Amino acid sequence: MTPALEARGLTRRFGGLVATDDVSFCVEPGARQALIGPNGAGKTTLINLLTGVLKPTQGAVLLQGRDVTALSSNKRVRLGLARTFQINQLFPDLSPVESLGLAISERQGRGWDFWRPAGKRAVVAEIEDLLTRFRLSEVYDQPTRALAYGKQRLLEIALALACRPQVLLLDEPAAGVPEEERHDILAALAALPGDVAILLIEHDMDLVFSFATRISVLVTGRLLCEGTPAEIAADERVRAVYLGEDGHG
Amino acid sequence: MIDVLGHLRRRERWRWWEIAIWLALVGAILLIPSRAALINEALIAGLFALSLDLILGLAGVVSLGQAAFFGLGAYTAAITANAGYDDPLVGLAAAIPPAALVGLATAPLLLRGADLTRLMVTMAVALIAGEIANQNGWLTGGADGLNFMVAPLFGRFSIGSIGDGPRNAALFSLAVLFVLFFGARRLAHSPFGISLAAVRENRLRAGALGVSSSRRIVAIYTVAAVYAGIAGALLAETTQIVSLDLFEFHRSADVMLMLIIGGAGWLYGGVVGAGVFIVIRDVVSAATPEYWEFWIGAMLVVLVLSGRERLARLVRLRR
Repeated sequence: MTPALEARGLTRRFGGLVATDDVSFCVEPGARQALIGPNGAGKTTLINLLTGVLKPTQGAVLLQGRDVTALSSNKRVRLGLARTFQINQLFPDLSPVESLGLAISERQGRGWDFWRPAGKRAVVAEIEDLLTRFRLSEVYDQPTRALAYGKQRLLEIALALACRPQVLLLDEPAAGVPEEERHDILAALAALPGDVAILLIEHDMDLVFSFATRISVLVTGRLLCEGTPAEIAADERVRAVYLGEDGHG
Repeated sequence: MIDVLGHLRRRERWRWWEIAIWLALVGAILLIPSRAALINEALIAGLFALSLDLILGLAGVVSLGQAAFFGLGAYTAAITANAGYDDPLVGLAAAIPPAALVGLATAPLLLRGADLTRLMVTMAVALIAGEIANQNGWLTGGADGLNFMVAPLFGRFSIGSIGDGPRNAALFSLAVLFVLFFGARRLAHSPFGISLAAVRENRLRAGALGVSSSRRIVAIYTVAAVYAGIAGALLAETTQIVSLDLFEFHRSADVMLMLIIGGAGWLYGGVVGAGVFIVIRDVVSAATPEYWEFWIGAMLVVLVLSGRERLARLVRLRR
């Protein structure tokens, strides 16, 4: 089966620093995969390479077998690669409904329609569905800046899902979420559609081990190892560089 | 129960106060024809400010060079009329292609750098346009400008300065403003308009939803250039004279001032700001011809210090 997302020998240098060093891996369709690594391991650079924010010094990114290395990030989105951000990247003055409506009409290729109203009956059902699934119904018409942080986190994921991606990169979705709102995020993650391949970049080991069926470990820009959660938990090298210092067993 | 469709459409519906604004404008022209020339000037300035609102208010891109397109449109209308095509509507139509082309050609300059860079670059475009007009006297009349005549509108209504001319001119400008405003309103509430809001609010996320910010900015800048060009052509046709002054920096700056007075982003800001600006100029300059700009400046300071939202709440004109 063609992997949904594949990195082939990805390398990125910043001057003398090698932030990403010959990284190759695959994300299978529908996979629940996690990418972990201590601070400074190069996780953010790797995400930026995969999504097209940065161009690799060497190597290639393949989306469903198609080489997308030369494509801009917004073209990759249209080919089915969506992402969320570690720090909320939302539209402060737009409501959740308007933000989701925007994402949907862009996906439908109506983004250049300058004459017909954005408020179409056809997008309403899908917006309502996303609002319900991400528990945003009660704040649907509020400006995003007025939303509680946990709700903003949920909108962050809902927006990415509104692109109907085949591959979804989640960059620390639970980062900074207070304990009482965490449950909503975990429930939203658990309910993500099964046919979407998900690559989760996360610090939170509980979340990683409860969510992922496959884990890749990144250390100083290189892929240290890959395996099932049990294999990773048992791996001596991983314990040494990562889990040990995190106090997780 | 949540009302998604109603929420999406809440800004599309025409409000009573919008209709009131347009009716009041028609009424003003018909009831005080002696001030028609002034009203005409305000309407054209309002259209010009609307063009700036398209890029600044909708897409959040600043420009201090809209006069480039204003002057270009005015000269195109004048030259077209002098070449024998003196129908006012033909003159307006003729102003569109050059404004669109120059807008499209200079839009990529806006894609780099920060706001300050954009202010400088757009200002430079207007300066260059003015200088090109200055250097090509064979076409533009150079420092003397051009005098020209346009035919009556629809072959019947003179839009010159004699008799009913000023009143007709003001009605003509109002009609053109309304048509273009209607278009801008549709645009603002379309998927394209919402995507401009996304570009304005968070370009990184807009890109992550598949929006190419650069292309959207180039597109709206081109549309804004056309709007400014038509405003310039209207001014030329209703005054039947063009001069290099049309390209000058103060044109671009005044229109920015009007938009700030009226408020950017809700489309009526340009019209309201232009009205306030021109009425104040008219009233104050009659009293103190030398110092009217002082009062405009003082008003701007009050506006900034008190916050327009608070003033707007006083008048109870909710967006």
